[in-house]
Parts: sequence; C-alpha cells; structure tokens
Amino acid sequence: MGKTIQKLLLSMTGSLRDLLPIILVVLFFQLFVLEQSLPNIGRLLTGFVFVILGLTFFIHGLEQGLFPIGESMAHALAKKGSVFWLVTFAFSLGFGTTVAEPALIAVAAEAANVAASGGMIESTEQAKFSYANGLRYTVAFSVGLAIVIGVIRILKGWPIQWIIIGGYLLVVVMTMFAPREIIGIAYDSGGVTTSTITVPLVTALGVGLASSIKGRNPMIDGFGLIAFASLTPIIFVMAYGMLI
Amino acid sequence: MDWISGILSEIASITFSTAKDVLPIAAIIFGFQFAVIRKKPANLGQISAGFIWVLIGLSLFLLGLEWALFPIGRLMAEQLTNPELIQGAEAGQQLINQIKWQDYYWVYIFAFCIGFSTTIAEPSLIAVAIKANDVSGGAIGVWGLRISVALGVAIGISLGCYRIVVGDPIHWYIILGYVIVVIQTPFAPKLIIPLAYDSGGVTTSTVTVPLVAALGLGLSETVPGRSPLIDGFGLIAFASLFPIMSVLAYAQLSEAKSKLLDKKIRVS
Repeated sequence: MGKTIQKLLLSMTGSLRDLLPIILVVLFFQLFVLEQSLPNIGRLLTGFVFVILGLTFFIHGLEQGLFPIGESMAHALAKKGSVFWLVTFAFSLGFGTTVAEPALIAVAAEAANVAASGGMIESTEQAKFSYANGLRYTVAFSVGLAIVIGVIRILKGWPIQWIIIGGYLLVVVMTMFAPREIIGIAYDSGGVTTSTITVPLVTALGVGLASSIKGRNPMIDGFGLIAFASLTPIIFVMAYGMLI
Repeated sequence: MDWISGILSEIASITFSTAKDVLPIAAIIFGFQFAVIRKKPANLGQISAGFIWVLIGLSLFLLGLEWALFPIGRLMAEQLTNPELIQGAEAGQQLINQIKWQDYYWVYIFAFCIGFSTTIAEPSLIAVAIKANDVSGGAIGVWGLRISVALGVAIGISLGCYRIVVGDPIHWYIILGYVIVVIQTPFAPKLIIPLAYDSGGVTTSTVTVPLVAALGLGLSETVPGRSPLIDGFGLIAFASLFPIMSVLAYAQLSEAKSKLLDKKIRVS
C-alpha cells in the first residue's frame, strides 16, 4: 500500500511538470496579449486539479493493467500459432477501440453539422445521425483492417516503408477524384482514430508480438501498427465520400 | 452544498460514459483470454486494479479538459481572430477586408504554443516514449522523442492555421509533406522508421483532437471569405504529418552526433 502511494506521488510530480507549460501559455496570452481576466476562475482551477489527478491515475493504471496484458496476450496468441485467431483479435481490437472513441464521436458529429449547413446532406436530425454514424463505422472498419495488415506485416517481416509509401500514393490518386468537401475530413480522420486507449494497447500488441517471434526485432517490427491505423481511414473516408 | 452534489453528478455521468468507452476493450481482452487462450492470467488482481485506475484517471482527465482547457481554448480562438485585437479598437470593423495573412500572427504564435504544450502533456505519447526507450535499450531518449514530436506538432498546427487564413487547397500541402517523408526515409536509421511513422498518429489523441478541431472551425468561421465546409478541417492532418518529419530528423541528428563522437574517441 505504501509503495503504491509512493509511486503515485512520484508520477504526480511528473504530471505537474507536464501540465505546467499549458498553464503558462494560457496565462501568458490572457494576461499579456489579450489583457483580460479569466471568467469562472474557481471552476477552471478545479478542472486543472482534475487534469493532474487524471493524468497520474491514468499512467499508473496503464503500467499496472493494459501494458502487461496486451503483451502477454500477444505472446500467448503468437505461441498458439493460430493465425486465424490472431487476425480476428487484431481486427476486433482495432474496431472496438475506434468505434467507442470520444474524439471520433465528437468530430463525426461536427462534420455532419458542417455538411448539413453546407447543403451536402439534408438538414434533418436523421440525415445528420446517419451521416455521422456512417463516418464512424467507416473509420472503425478501416482501423480494424489496418491492425490486421500491420499484424500480418509483423508475422511476415515485410519492411514498413513500402506499404506506407504505397498507401501515400493511393491517397494522392484518390484525392484527385474525391469531392472537395470530404478531403479535409478524410485527412483529419487519420489522426482522430488513434486515441488515448487505442495507442498503448496497440503498441503493446505490436511490441509483444515482435518480441515473441524469432528473428524479429521489437524495435523495427514492433512499432508501425499506429501508422497503418492513421493511413487507412484517409483512404476509406474518401471512398465513403465518393459513394454518397 | 448544491455545488458539491453538482460536481459529484458530473463525475458520475462522465465515469459512466468513460466506462462505456473502456468496456468494449475490456470485453475483447477478457473474452479472448477465457475463450481462446483458456488460461487465467497470472496477475489478474493487478490487471483489474490497473483497469480501474485507467477508468478513474481517464474520467477525471476528460472532466478536467471539459472544465478547464476547452473553455479557455475556445475563448482564446474567438478573441485572437477578433478584428479589434488586430487593428486596435478604433479601426475595428471597417478595415476588416484589408487584413492580410501576416496580421494574424498572434494566431500562429498561439497555435505553435498550444501544439507544443498539449503534445508534451499527452499521456499516450509519454507511454510510447517510455516503451521506445525500453525497447531501444536507452538509445532513444524519452525527452528527446517527446520534444521532437511536440516541435513537429507545433509547426504543423501553425502552418495549418496559415493555410486556413489564406485558403489554399489542403492536398498540395499534404502531398508535399508525403514527398518529404519519402525522401527522408532512406537516409534515416532503420531502427527509428516505424517509430517515426507511429508518432504521427500518437500525438493527436483525445486531448489534442477536439481542441485543435475547434480552433480550425473557429478560424474558418471568423476569417472573411473562408467556409468551414472546405477550410475548417485539416489541422489534425497537419499535426499528424509533421511529427513524422521531425522524429526522422531527430534520429538523423543523433546518429550523426554519435558518429562524430566515435571519431573523436578514435582520434584521441
């Protein structure tokens, strides 16, 4: 118990040090550039305390729970030798973590609003809802696929750069044919998908898998899953934009 | 005591929605553990406790963002594009059409600062940097990686704001960025390449995304002649692309430095 508290305090000073730049930037702009006082200061300060506590607990939990289990599962599945189960696991991990991603839900809803006010879709609740949902499931499906491709790459030991460069070429070609309104959202969806939850889990899967297969270097083969997960949504969202 | 129960009910509702986000992942992990691997994980207690810590931490973190960081970010985005700040209070509205892109310099400075500071505080980046340091046997510094990613994001978001202000089509920027990455790749140490490609996606997670998206949409609404539909999105794409370049550059620099050191040791 005492050890846990000691660890928490240690990581709390870390969180404080990490947050300091944000507080300084905001204070500097408010006081010296905009020369205005902050409204609702009590609520803001409480919010900062929550951010610090949240960061502390989150990192502690990652080290206790997500990283060890992600690695041990990848080990176990790699040892089991069933490619089918590994690929199924990879797809459901990518799909499941993305479909629930809060940032994606927020951005998809925003994109639906913008599309409705620009006359791209009807301005009804239902049209917006189905547009936002279509966007979300397209992105989640493409992330699932990306993790599958990434896992197969680790198994086969393909070099990452050729796949990424090929993906880039596909993005460039598709940009020429996609409607102009979807391009910005499509490019953005690559960055939106990879959330606070997805990143550590997927990284743990990659590193664990690469270190349990003979002849694979976890440094070269373990990373790179996130890169696929940021690339495929661009391609699929542009395809979604061309279809509707 | 009304405000205490208000806080408590907000915490309860955000924990509930965070639990909904974490639940599918927990279901997948435990489902596979029991149905496919059919073995009880060795330290089940520790792992479950870890999940609870993650849940509490994420809930508090999101609540804190909603209470403190988002309102401030929104407020600043509105105030920085206000013509009165740019022209001085008297000139105000009538000069609004004569504003050039240089006059929005506070927007770019703010974008740079926000990009840098949010990335430095990003929990997923910290997690990946620790992992990368571990795996590379200390060759990749935790702080070196974090700072180069943060610089990449900062430059990316400022350039993205510039693009929204002048209204250039986004794809030329992105395609040029891809070309630079492709040229950098063969010259970078092989070890760092997948990590560099990953760092693009890592930076833009739950903390940065809504903040940056709001900044871009706000800018496209307030800058005359821009439409949110065509110009509003794209900042996150910039924030994902530039760290790839900066991490590749960081690796090239540290490799060159260690080669130089080797030479010096051999000479002496």
